[in-house]
Amino acid sequence: MSVAPPLLAVEGLTKSYGGIHAVRGVSFSLRAGEILALIGPNGAGKSTCFDMLNGQNKPDTGHVRLLGEETTGKKPRDIWRMGVGRTFQITATFATMTVRENVQVALISHGKQLFNLFGSAPNFNRGEAGRLLELVGMSGYADRPCGELAYGDLKRLELAVALANQPKLLLMDEPTAGMAPRERVDLMRLTAGIAREKSIGVLFTEHDMDVVFEHADRIIVLNRGTLIAEGSPAEVRSNPQVQAVYLGEGLLYDAEHREGAST
Amino acid sequence: MAFYVVQFLTGLASAASLFLVASGLSIIFGVTRIVNFAHGAFYMIGAYIAFTLTERFSGAFGFWGGVVVAALAVALIGVLVEMVLLRRIYHAPELFQLLGTFGLTLMVEDLVVLIWGPDDLVGRRAPGFKGAVDFFGQNIPSYDLFLIVLSPVVLGILWLLFQRTRWGVLVRAATQDRDMVAALGVNQKWLFTSVFAVGVFLAALGGALQIPRDAVHHAMDLRIIVEVFVVVVIGGLGSIVGAFVAAVLVSELNAFGILIFPKISIILVFLVMAAVLIVRPWGLFGKPEAAARKTPGLTVNPWRPLTSNERLAALAALVVAATLPLFAGNYALTVGSEIAIFVIFAVSLHFLMSVGGLASFGHAAYFGLGAYGVAFLAKMAGLPMIVCLLLGPLLGCMGAAVFGFFAVQLSGVYFAMLTLAFAQIVWSIAFQWVSVTGGDNGILGVWPEKWAASPSHFYWLALGVAALVTIALRVMVFSPFGYALRATRDSLLRTEAVGINAKRIQWTAFVIAGTTAGIGGALFAYLKGSVFPDNLGISLSVDALVMVLLGGVETVSGGVIGAIVYKALNIWLVSQTDLSKLVLGGFIVLIVVVFPKGIVGMLEMLAQRRRKASPPGSPLIAKPIESAE
Repeated sequence: MSVAPPLLAVEGLTKSYGGIHAVRGVSFSLRAGEILALIGPNGAGKSTCFDMLNGQNKPDTGHVRLLGEETTGKKPRDIWRMGVGRTFQITATFATMTVRENVQVALISHGKQLFNLFGSAPNFNRGEAGRLLELVGMSGYADRPCGELAYGDLKRLELAVALANQPKLLLMDEPTAGMAPRERVDLMRLTAGIAREKSIGVLFTEHDMDVVFEHADRIIVLNRGTLIAEGSPAEVRSNPQVQAVYLGEGLLYDAEHREGAST
Repeated sequence: MAFYVVQFLTGLASAASLFLVASGLSIIFGVTRIVNFAHGAFYMIGAYIAFTLTERFSGAFGFWGGVVVAALAVALIGVLVEMVLLRRIYHAPELFQLLGTFGLTLMVEDLVVLIWGPDDLVGRRAPGFKGAVDFFGQNIPSYDLFLIVLSPVVLGILWLLFQRTRWGVLVRAATQDRDMVAALGVNQKWLFTSVFAVGVFLAALGGALQIPRDAVHHAMDLRIIVEVFVVVVIGGLGSIVGAFVAAVLVSELNAFGILIFPKISIILVFLVMAAVLIVRPWGLFGKPEAAARKTPGLTVNPWRPLTSNERLAALAALVVAATLPLFAGNYALTVGSEIAIFVIFAVSLHFLMSVGGLASFGHAAYFGLGAYGVAFLAKMAGLPMIVCLLLGPLLGCMGAAVFGFFAVQLSGVYFAMLTLAFAQIVWSIAFQWVSVTGGDNGILGVWPEKWAASPSHFYWLALGVAALVTIALRVMVFSPFGYALRATRDSLLRTEAVGINAKRIQWTAFVIAGTTAGIGGALFAYLKGSVFPDNLGISLSVDALVMVLLGGVETVSGGVIGAIVYKALNIWLVSQTDLSKLVLGGFIVLIVVVFPKGIVGMLEMLAQRRRKASPPGSPLIAKPIESAE
């Protein structure tokens, strides 16, 4: 047992909306350089869970700690400053700027130059912006207006933006949603490569099981707000409870049928 | 006691017209997302037509028939306007529709004078409601009682219409999500047209029903539109019940405000509105506006700093402008100074509106505060002109710091309305605090010192300041701060996710814009030699909006070009024709329909098309549009 706190430690996270318990007592942790997938069927509470880690949503109870420091109740922008990058399920980028400028805005913020009134933003740290774009394979698009990019390219741009503050942790909500199958694999390979190289912890949610099983070091499974399984891809794959959740309606259907048949 | 009851009932009666007009505006906004500035104009036409009809046809039938026919006739005009004008601009940039309907309002103001003459018209009493009812020694006009009963009845009818008819269901659905309604195969064109017709009918009915109570005159549109804005904002845009409750609230505040706080009666309503917006940003009965789905298509080209050629062209334009005193007379120089000052005013709003996406409807407040700041310093403290010019705008800065802090908590239409309310508060203070501001008489005798007194010297001063301000703001557009501000406009979600405190950025931008407007106001005080409440009035705020939209809200130089064109045209028209509003309004409508991207936006589009058409390497003509004056 090492004394150093884990990169991300989540303890007893709970959130309910009215009478609906979206997330119930979820606990897990994440090491630096580890790629952790959070999966579960629709409505399992993945997005709610995610938004609480990122500060967009406040948990009712529970704690989120980043390297031992409490982030619960902090604003997204403060959590970002602590070294957490984020990509969104539906991309959020600055549509009226060029690709490079999108990255530059994040760099400006990272360099605490937001209230610099007389500098030149188009010339701000072009080198670093170029490197980040290079990293995600977008150098050729640097001067293109962001608004005319294809969706897959937007996702890659978001990754570059998320990497701008040299994060320790990346939160990616369905990073490959809406992309073509070929692009999905490429993007996740890219992400995994960067994460391993820079020892960034990655937590991502995903519906595409190919992506999950190929890239995740570890998988946690959420169902109806509670954590039902945790382990390596192989363990999770063979977990009967997980199988029941993903194929579960069949069992219920079977049971009902048997009952129906007996009456 | 009886007196207060009567006062209360009078308030309720006034609420009727207000409710009719406000509910119409609210319905139209809910479905089409258009803030219909012309709603006051429709109200006014309704009153005028009803006046003509009720004068022509006698008897009870003549009166009531006249009122209803007038409302129907105006609704028909509304349909025409919707089909010919609005249908073309639903997809124009946000707030552009506001410019179009504002142009209509200008036209209507001149048209009614042309048709009905400039004098107040006093209509006849309503048959059957001519007398008054005695209430413990106080008289209540029986027509007031009729109006008091009428508004709940209209509310009931509207409620039935919206809850019990297929059309009503569609309207409610479209209010929540019009894209989804369109996706379900509803013919949006006719839904929008019918909604507009109903809204206009209600406005015109409100106007027609006013004739037994009030004289009909050609300025009643602006007076009601401001109150109606307040009502729908307090009640919540898109909510009929909200419009009803807020109409009653506002009317009662007016009725009792005069008794209890005669000094600040005008402010009272706006204070309440500001308070409501701060506590419940979507009004009492409104719902948070769903984030509009942005069409994936790109409407804005990424901005870029001027190339060195364009910088030279801008400098050349400035030099040419500076030679004006060599050949132009004093009048032209005064006009030139005024245009330069309005360039300052327009670029300050442009910074807030185009870069920050925050459309202020009350930007004149900070212009006027700068002017009053100069007047106070010059007249009361007797400070020299240079000092006044430097310190005067600080009053605008302080006003922007205080109001901006609250305003940036909101966004979109609600931001616009709150800034309008703040501007009205400032205007009311200037108007009513006679001992300090001189009230309606203003502060006179703010003349420039000798070194700047001659028209040519003052022109150079104004031109120089305008150039400096324009350059400074342009530098800021491309500064890290400017990018952060644009980021808050493009995607709040992403802005927060990269560690930017969006509200603080927006607040800073608001203060910068307010201070800059104050600089314009400070010069304006010296140009005119006097300061009046009009210097921070609504019409000046609207002027600023028109200048920015006319130039092109999505462009960097839109503010400058819009100010020059609009102001020059305005001054020229006033000197050439009595119908300047009609021509100007027509011009604005034309621009809106033909060049929805504004003048600069259109020129950029042409340049781009030419670039695409011409083979690479062919000489491009440098655009002279980015001039610095």
